[in-house]
Amino acid sequence: MAKEAGLTAFVVALLSFGLVGFDLANVNTNLVLKTRFADVAIVVAIAFVGRIVLILSRERRFSTALLILIPATVVIAIPVLGRFVVGGQTKATLAGVLPFHDPIVCWIVLILCLFFGVRAVRGLLRDASTTTDEDRELRADRVGARVQQAGRYVGPAMLLLAICFPFFNLVPGLGKLADRRILDISILVITYIMLGWGLNIVVGLAGLLDLGYVAFYGVGAYSYGLLAQATGLGFWTCLPFAGVMAATAGLLLGFPVLRLRGDYLAIVTLGFGEMVRVVLTNWTKFTNGPAGLGNIPRPTFFGLPVVQPTEGGGANFFSFFGLDYVPIARIIFLYYVILTLAMMTNLFTLRIRKLPIGRAWEALREDEVACASLGINPRNTKLTAFAIGAMFAGFAGSFFATRQGFITPESFTFIESAVILAIVVLGGMGSQIGVVVAAIVLIGLPELFRELHQYRMLAFGAAMILIMVWRPRGMLAHREPTLRLHPQKQ
Amino acid sequence: MQGTYEYLVAQLINGISLGSVYGLIAIGYTMVYGVVGMINFAHGEIFMIGSFLSLIGFLVLGMLGITWVPLAVMIVLLATMLLTPVYGWTIERVAYRPLRSAPRLAPLITAIGMSIFLQNYVQVLQGATGKPMQPVIRGGFEILRRGSYNVSISVMQIFIVVLTTFLMIGFTLLISRTSLGRAQRACEQDMGMAALLGVNVDLTISLTFVMGSALASVAGLMFLLNYGLIDFYIGFLAGIKAFTAAVLGGIGSLPGAMLGGILIGLIEALWSGYFSVEYKDVAAFAVLILVLTLRPTGLLGRPHLEKV
Repeated sequence: MAKEAGLTAFVVALLSFGLVGFDLANVNTNLVLKTRFADVAIVVAIAFVGRIVLILSRERRFSTALLILIPATVVIAIPVLGRFVVGGQTKATLAGVLPFHDPIVCWIVLILCLFFGVRAVRGLLRDASTTTDEDRELRADRVGARVQQAGRYVGPAMLLLAICFPFFNLVPGLGKLADRRILDISILVITYIMLGWGLNIVVGLAGLLDLGYVAFYGVGAYSYGLLAQATGLGFWTCLPFAGVMAATAGLLLGFPVLRLRGDYLAIVTLGFGEMVRVVLTNWTKFTNGPAGLGNIPRPTFFGLPVVQPTEGGGANFFSFFGLDYVPIARIIFLYYVILTLAMMTNLFTLRIRKLPIGRAWEALREDEVACASLGINPRNTKLTAFAIGAMFAGFAGSFFATRQGFITPESFTFIESAVILAIVVLGGMGSQIGVVVAAIVLIGLPELFRELHQYRMLAFGAAMILIMVWRPRGMLAHREPTLRLHPQKQ
Repeated sequence: MQGTYEYLVAQLINGISLGSVYGLIAIGYTMVYGVVGMINFAHGEIFMIGSFLSLIGFLVLGMLGITWVPLAVMIVLLATMLLTPVYGWTIERVAYRPLRSAPRLAPLITAIGMSIFLQNYVQVLQGATGKPMQPVIRGGFEILRRGSYNVSISVMQIFIVVLTTFLMIGFTLLISRTSLGRAQRACEQDMGMAALLGVNVDLTISLTFVMGSALASVAGLMFLLNYGLIDFYIGFLAGIKAFTAAVLGGIGSLPGAMLGGILIGLIEALWSGYFSVEYKDVAAFAVLILVLTLRPTGLLGRPHLEKV
């Protein structure tokens, strides 16, 4: 055990020696090298102890693990929490004792200690249980199946909650639950849910790995932005056009990649996404280049703008319905717009799965050669999947443009495609509710914890790895065949 | 000037030295793909970490007073080839090994997660601003001259091409002659069968990652020496270019990776030289799409038969 922990500590020492041990600080135009060997020592120590705790929990020696964890937690907790209790001189001393200068890192270590502590206590209490990995896998699968069965009730319940949610803002006492910030985050999360559902058609149903989905999102946003600026048309008029443009882009991408599969397809779609971004950045005459498009009109409510009424400002949402103007109403309106669009995507996907084309997609995902021999045209089937998936990204893109009022090519980088794909895969491929859960976990939580600052994306990457290792088939994966040859007894 | 033969030669020299860097990274992609059958998306970040470690190495040597250039470059080369592969090994151990029997998309997602993680890891530790470095290897030879326009090869470019050739020869020998290379080729064909016959599959896969990372770290060092400015984001573009090169050459084929790297380097250099610098990435990807449409297995790839 000491050998294994020593090996881990050694590897961590090698890993951290270069990048943690030295700090390249920019001073004017020169670089100055500073050393931080104390940090390396602390990191190595934590890795050593952490590895021992991991081995102990693996061998189910929880009491020994607790013996290490409790003092460690106390040692870290005193300076971290103590700073809130005491003040003055003691506070400064406590800050000096902290293992890292940055309190957030200390918090993370503390939370890890508590997590393993709770796990160890739970293990102690359920001493007799000997759950194997297989048991856990089965149990998690059952959770997925149950969620899918319960989807009939959970789905509408969630929708109802989503519809009622903004009104918490108007209820006294609950206002905090749905203030401006939370609503903004919800709009963002629902946008990603919609994108996830859209990509689910391409990846989950048709089995085509698309790493350039953000290109269609960008095409949709720019189509709306450019058309609205050129013609002065509103959001709802331009929306179908943006969808058509994105679908066309999907077809354009679809044609050359028809013969490709798997990873070749992944790299070509990735390249396509980058190409669209480079063109948007450099075609300055048409797209205004890196400076982006501004003054994109806001959506209206059946022609009534949702803005503050002004003298002689014409018909207005508030004046038309005789309501008092509240600034938050604009946000709530945007919230409902994206909710409607997202539910449209969802309903469409649920329905099309039962149509011949939906069945053809799923058949194609399972086996292309068999499909072709049974008379399904793989070319048309793939192209429709690309086009329809792209169309929803286009809708989401125009919503993004109208919500921001300002778009630049920098909003459509590869990382967005990666995030959307991660939402689909982490949620469990093909699971509609899984997408919702994954979007809330991946987008909502990091937004709520803005305090993590620079560690936010670090935590995001780590979460992607941990969730995937924890549940390789996605959080709510449960693939029930649509038809069974020999029906099983429940 | 653009129409002259000398200008073309200058662009070709640039293209080949850039292509060598891409080729070295591409070998890591193609080797991992050959053995494990997955895209190691975090490989570009290994390249980035390699160039950061090289920069730190040069500064440390400067502090220690070792300023004789060949010695300094030698030491940094060895140090980065020793330290960077630890990252490659760890990535495989943490993010890919637990998922070896998982659905194919799962390791792709952890790879993307790893890539995001490593980028931000370097950003948090070293800051987001670009890190400049004074040129270390100076000088060059003039080979052609027309009027006031002269074409020269810098010592740096010669160093890059010679080192790449040297590594390629060594590497080809390693794969074709040693027991490690045999084990690797065995795993490529059938992992289960190789394990039955006594090949240590885990070790072989780990060493594949280590070797790929070592080559990527050399590419990182070359990039640092050639461009003299690095930041935490360089791994992304270099990574996808190198992967494009690997696919272009036929994924799984080592000479293909090198050929693809050189081709991508040439396309970029010629396109920037004759058309526009802004659209050089578009040109590289367009050629990729074209090649794959006409020959879906890449230039030197073996055709893959699809069976029901």
